Amino acid sequence: MLDTVIHIALFCLALSMIGLIYRVIKGPSIPDRVIALDAIGINLIAIIALISIVLKTNAFLEVILLLGILAFIGTVAFSKYLEKGVIFERERDR
Amino acid sequence: MSLLHLAIIAPLILAILVPFFYKSFRQIHTGWFVLPIPILLFAYFFSFISLTREKEVVMKTLDWIPSLGINFTAKVDGLGLLFALLITGIGALVVLYSIYYLSKEKEKLHNFYVYLLLFMGAMLGVVLSDNLIVMYAFWELTSFSSFLLIGYWYHREKSRYGAQKSMLITVFGGLSMLGGIILLYLMTGSFSITEIITQSNVILAHPLFIPALICVLLGAFTKSAQFPFHIWLPDAMEAPTPVSAYLHSATMVKAGIYLVARLTPVFAVDGLWLWLVAGFGIFTLFWGSFSAVKQTDLKSILAFSTVSQLGLIMSLLGVGAASLHYDGLDDNIYIVATTAAIFHLINHATFKGSLFMVVGIVDHETGTRDIRKLGGLINFMPITFTLAMIGAFSMAGLPPFNGFLSKEMFFTGMLRVLEMDFFSFDTFAILFPVLAWIASVFTFIYSMILVFKTFTGKYQPEKLDKKPHEAPLGMLISPIILVSLVIIIFFFPNSLLSENLIAPALVSILPSLVTEGTEFIVHIYQWHGFNPELFMTLGVIAVGILLYLTLPKWRRIYDLFPKKLTLNRFYDGAVERAQTGSYKFTKSYMNGSIRSYLVYIFTFFIVILATSLFYKNAFKVDTNKLAAIGIYEVLLALLIVIAAASILFAKTRLSQIILLGAVGYTVSLFYVLFRAPDLALTQLVIETVSVALFLVCFYHLPKLRREETRIRFKLTNAVVSVGVGVVVTLIALSAHSNKFFPSISQYYIENTYEKAAGKNMVNVILVDFRGFDTLFEIAVLAIAALGIFGMIKLRLARREEE
Repeated sequence: MLDTVIHIALFCLALSMIGLIYRVIKGPSIPDRVIALDAIGINLIAIIALISIVLKTNAFLEVILLLGILAFIGTVAFSKYLEKGVIFERERDR
Repeated sequence: MSLLHLAIIAPLILAILVPFFYKSFRQIHTGWFVLPIPILLFAYFFSFISLTREKEVVMKTLDWIPSLGINFTAKVDGLGLLFALLITGIGALVVLYSIYYLSKEKEKLHNFYVYLLLFMGAMLGVVLSDNLIVMYAFWELTSFSSFLLIGYWYHREKSRYGAQKSMLITVFGGLSMLGGIILLYLMTGSFSITEIITQSNVILAHPLFIPALICVLLGAFTKSAQFPFHIWLPDAMEAPTPVSAYLHSATMVKAGIYLVARLTPVFAVDGLWLWLVAGFGIFTLFWGSFSAVKQTDLKSILAFSTVSQLGLIMSLLGVGAASLHYDGLDDNIYIVATTAAIFHLINHATFKGSLFMVVGIVDHETGTRDIRKLGGLINFMPITFTLAMIGAFSMAGLPPFNGFLSKEMFFTGMLRVLEMDFFSFDTFAILFPVLAWIASVFTFIYSMILVFKTFTGKYQPEKLDKKPHEAPLGMLISPIILVSLVIIIFFFPNSLLSENLIAPALVSILPSLVTEGTEFIVHIYQWHGFNPELFMTLGVIAVGILLYLTLPKWRRIYDLFPKKLTLNRFYDGAVERAQTGSYKFTKSYMNGSIRSYLVYIFTFFIVILATSLFYKNAFKVDTNKLAAIGIYEVLLALLIVIAAASILFAKTRLSQIILLGAVGYTVSLFYVLFRAPDLALTQLVIETVSVALFLVCFYHLPKLRREETRIRFKLTNAVVSVGVGVVVTLIALSAHSNKFFPSISQYYIENTYEKAAGKNMVNVILVDFRGFDTLFEIAVLAIAALGIFGMIKLRLARREEE
């Protein structure tokens, strides 16, 4: 029972991934792509969580956490890049 | 270290001290400090004569590399002693001569005497070493010191050319001789000449016999300036005259003769040796004397004459080897040839040394060596003229000089070739006496040219830079000593030489002929009665005089010979072609484009791996051990293939970077699927960082380059990359199918907690079981970080601009 549910859920996630990848490739603007990438990251979290259930292991919980952090940092970095043109600003007083 | 070893390396030790003498005593000619050494050594070696006369051999060993059988074994026997006496004796005379020849103020005397002493020590080492490797070491040292001496006046283009040429040729020969030595070692297991001679039967039957023989002969022929390797000797005449007298007439060029004589007991039983040594010798004799006649430079005449006389000695050694086909000494008609070779070796050293010195005097006192400018010097230099005449007449083979005796014996030896009935000598044997006779005629002619064109005829003061006058006495002493030897040897050859030097040398060259109770009886006669040899000599004189007088008429035959076909042209062309050819070759494949190099590397990779896979029959697919394929693996694999393939077809660099990131993330998903959480973690972080780095690189690209179109298609690239992929896949399949033993991972599974107190096996392996690798990977990261910091911060070029 649980297995079927998980497989259905994975299938749905895969479908949504395809939709997001389409958005990454197609665009049309950079923010669209960034948002799509962010969503892909979160989708990956879900997929890894589901796979962990399939594999019956808790070894991948760190991966989930890490992906969350990376997705956040990546989105922030991209946003800052789009906003200001640089990611790391130089200290002004030097 | 015995006294004998000390004697051999004494010149080398003195060579270290020479610069100190030169610097500290500027008023005294440095040669005076050098002079005692050869004299002392000569006296020392002279004391061995009484031993070698009784067939005693003095052997002293000094360990060098005993584990390889390479020891500095000094051996004094008849042959070695003869050469040692020549080297030290003529060395002393040459040093004395050079003291007057080289100016104290103008020349760099410390260089000269260091090189000369190096040469003297090396030469002594060559002739007195029993170990072949040690002999080879000294042999190369003679080549090097000769190179330095020829290039003594290094500011002259021709000196450098001559030095380079002699270096290339003699080192080529030296290296092939080393090959021969190694082959001999393979056959006998010893580097000792004495031991190798005892095993000559083994060598003769060995398949490596012929290669070893040819290698050794190449070494001997190049050093002794045999045809066609004689071309370096005339160019070596750019050296100062004492050097020419010492190296290029009396000693170094005889190293090849020494080698042939020394190894005669090893090789000479074979017919090939006879043919090569005698054949090349007799042709060199002819060619050298033929070429000498057309030279206009006195030293060139002497150089070609040296070539021809060396050929004479060489051919005599070859013919003398035939005596090994007889058992005893009785009726052994070919021993006379070897005797003549030794005898002429001594004679040649005396008269050629003196002739070189005479030419040096003429050069020194008139400023030229060109016979077209010289003439009529007899009135200015009567003593020099007398010396030249005696030397040249001896060279031509006239009585009452020692050249006559050895020339007669030479004819005897050559006539006896006619009686040879083995190794199909009977077919061509007639060539030997005929060539020998013709060559003697030419020898006569150039000897006459040497004397009469220089000293008689018209005096041409307008062509000379200086007013000629007689040389100082010091310069004349050495040639006078040598010339008196020329005469003394003629009158007392037996009491002086035969028992003391020639017979012991014969024992060394033909040891198998001497049995208990018998010995070589060398008797040299001035008068043989009316025999063919005498008539041949008379014929030489008659025809020689006739041809000398008609020289201008037939000189044109030298122009018949096409200039393009000369050996020097061939040598120059070969050197030139070797340079341009290798330059072109390197240029053709080292084109500076990294793409080409990658193509070479990968093609090589494909060819080597595919052929070895094919030849070893290694390709095998075994499906037994494969795991079942799940749906997720297939999906991920499809994803990774699509992402990787679309990198190739992506339009912009930005999409390529993003697709590469997609590949990386998919790989991390694979890690998840294959249960490698640590790898998945690391892969995710690293992939993120490297994609970011790629983006940074992309951002800094020049605007023009940023939007470059997709990767262009190149057939070579496609073929090579497909090939690499296929080969690696095949190898991976075969490797997986060919597992011969189980993995060792069971140990880690059992012991991760038991022994290392950890539950995460990957981490325990990284820091505990195999922590060393981790340490150095940390080091790699540190280096990379420092390197990046350095590259960004250190801008030397910009600093210079500021």
